[in-house]
Amino acid sequence: MENSIDLLNALVLISNYVLIPSLSYGSQLAIGAVGVTLVFGILRFANFAHGELMGFGCTATIFFTWWFQSMGISHSFFPTALFAMPFAVLLTILLVLAIDRSVFRFYRLNKSRPVIFVVASVGVMFMLNGLVRMLIGTDEIIFRDGQKFLIKAGQFKKMTGLNEGLALKQTQVLTVVLAVVAVFLLFWFLQRTRTGKAMRAYSDNEDLALLSGISTERVVMVTWIIAASLATIAGVLYGLDKSFKPIVYFHLLLPIFASAIVGGIGQPIGAILGGYIVAFSEIITTYAFKKFITYLVPANFAPEGLGQLLSTEYKFAVSFLILVLVLLVRPTGIFRGRVL
Amino acid sequence: MTNKNRAFLSFSIMGLMLMIVGFGQSWNVAMAIFNMCLISAVMSMGLNMQWGYAGLFNAGVMASTAIGGLTAVLVSYSPVMKAWSEGGTSLSLAFIFLLITIAMGLLVWKKIKNGPIRTWSMTVVVLTGYVFMRIYYDEARVAIEAVEPAKTGFLGGLGLPIIFSWIAGGFAAAGLAWLVGRISLGLRSDYFAIATLGISEIMISILKNEDWLARGVKNVTGLDRPVPYEVDLQKQEWFINLVKRFYNTAEDGSSISSDMLREAVMLSAGVYVKICYSGLFLAVLLIVLFFATRALNSPWGRMMRAIRDNETAASAMGKDVTSRHRQVFIIGSAVIGIAGAMLTTLDGQFTPGSYIPLRFTFLIWVMVIIGGSGNNLGAIIGAFITWFVWIEAEPVALWLVSHVNLLLDETNPLRSHLQEVAPHMRMVLMGLILVLVLRFRPKGILPEKAPDHY
Repeated sequence: MENSIDLLNALVLISNYVLIPSLSYGSQLAIGAVGVTLVFGILRFANFAHGELMGFGCTATIFFTWWFQSMGISHSFFPTALFAMPFAVLLTILLVLAIDRSVFRFYRLNKSRPVIFVVASVGVMFMLNGLVRMLIGTDEIIFRDGQKFLIKAGQFKKMTGLNEGLALKQTQVLTVVLAVVAVFLLFWFLQRTRTGKAMRAYSDNEDLALLSGISTERVVMVTWIIAASLATIAGVLYGLDKSFKPIVYFHLLLPIFASAIVGGIGQPIGAILGGYIVAFSEIITTYAFKKFITYLVPANFAPEGLGQLLSTEYKFAVSFLILVLVLLVRPTGIFRGRVL
Repeated sequence: MTNKNRAFLSFSIMGLMLMIVGFGQSWNVAMAIFNMCLISAVMSMGLNMQWGYAGLFNAGVMASTAIGGLTAVLVSYSPVMKAWSEGGTSLSLAFIFLLITIAMGLLVWKKIKNGPIRTWSMTVVVLTGYVFMRIYYDEARVAIEAVEPAKTGFLGGLGLPIIFSWIAGGFAAAGLAWLVGRISLGLRSDYFAIATLGISEIMISILKNEDWLARGVKNVTGLDRPVPYEVDLQKQEWFINLVKRFYNTAEDGSSISSDMLREAVMLSAGVYVKICYSGLFLAVLLIVLFFATRALNSPWGRMMRAIRDNETAASAMGKDVTSRHRQVFIIGSAVIGIAGAMLTTLDGQFTPGSYIPLRFTFLIWVMVIIGGSGNNLGAIIGAFITWFVWIEAEPVALWLVSHVNLLLDETNPLRSHLQEVAPHMRMVLMGLILVLVLRFRPKGILPEKAPDHY
């Protein structure tokens, strides 16, 4: 009896600190990585501005949220940001299309080398970075409202009588649900609609796609629209879950790239899997397992140290280590994406 | 306009701009900008070798800069003997275990054929090695960091003059580049960029967190200086006389009052120190420029450009593309490492927290692109312009905002907002300049010179 309770305690502990956070963080990465991988598949370059684009989407959402709140629109349960998001998505789409028209289109028509696109995206990154800071400043902003927890740690303890509490934030559930919906819609679009099929065809073989009458500009436009929507959703979910800080979105770029590459670049399903792989490994390698192990082993075997593989500050480094490993062992990624 | 005239013109304009800052703001500001321009120019020449000569998209410039900075600490700081005696043995043991693990890993990789046996033996080797290393490493870290944590808490350095670190920093960066190149060269350009960006981020997180190495985010301050200190200078007889003479000739021959003299001495000391730095940096810049130009115009340079322009053709001619890429990647990183050590020397402190990719990687990229990839003088002028704009954008934006604010009502919330956001204008400006140059002048201000022998 004692043993099974310890086991339950250990399970709850790991769910609370590893499983649930990884799932929600993984969903955020996955949505971001799908955008990167789509842009890579269609436009054939790594978009360094994607992180800042997420930041912009989140900034726009915050402004709409404030506006709605000032008009008295809010919900007792859902965060206001959820209603503000569609408007922010529209704004981000407009911005991205304008950027494509003024920056990337020229190189596309000139058939420039991919690396020129990357340099241009660095320029866009600078501009978006400055734009976000000019609009909203550099401070940390918490724009979450509505109900914070679905299950509180104390409540859970009382309910089950276990030592360990399980807290379930509303934003975490929201993240996973929204991610599932977004991914489902995306795959439905890619598999079932004419435009989606055209996109896949274009990604697989540009020349053949052009030959069968698919218009480059249209495919590119749709790609940017999807990428911008996903970037906004990912940015808002990350901002809701943690808090909004402009600097964070640049740092997110690396795990997102890692997710896209681990899954196989140009493969949306791979990017999603990659997102979860990166998130789980980041959190597992930096989680201190001491308490978890103490529950499972007899009392005199309890570990002395923290049982932590790497200190928490190396969280972002982990995503890159995975990238290196994939690079060395299977450069195409899990889902046989493009060989780079 | 020929390239030569254009170069002359751009450098003259740049000099004029610095003069304007000197007379308009102050000579201390102008010299500070000039010094940073010189360091940035060395960095952008290093990146120019990688990107301009060979077409490598290195997004890990920051890693070379940071390791150069680290070297400056490790060379110049006096050794902390107590830390060595407390934690030196266990740290060495951890290091030996690291080497053993690597050797065993390589042995397993070579001797056992690909298959499940290799995978399992590899896992066992790595895990055992990790456990042993971790035991001694943790012991060493705790012991070293406990030695006067407020003052040192790290191993210290060699206690040599800091100027040696400029050379050592180059070698350290070269070593790191060799390692990075092993992992990431041979990938397609954007993948290489992501890989190098990632490695540079890892590098910074190591520097931030390994306190035993260089105190991490607690920073190492009070580094050795290759030039005199301002406070010492202000007491020197010859310096006061120099200032006196300078000011007397500038005015009508009558000697100036002692109060004014004291102020003049204080200001001049700052400028004098900065001029000393400028001399040192300029020397490095000219040496690097000399070798870079020689290399670019040599058969080696032609080979590099050939590889850049057509890898397939170059390898068909028997050139080993990957090893040439590695070579130029290492050389370029070494140059950046020298600049990194110079930067830490100028700052007089090592602050890992200040290394951010936008400033230390992508800004250098802007310099190379707008200056003219493949042209060394271009890289230099690009660095000068970019750094100048980067620094002066803020005062100019604030000045503009203050004029706009005159039109606004006192209570208008936009007023304070504009005041706050003005500094971020430079980010937008940099991005705009980069995008515009890339679009309308892709070869930069000073385009790469077409070889004469065509």
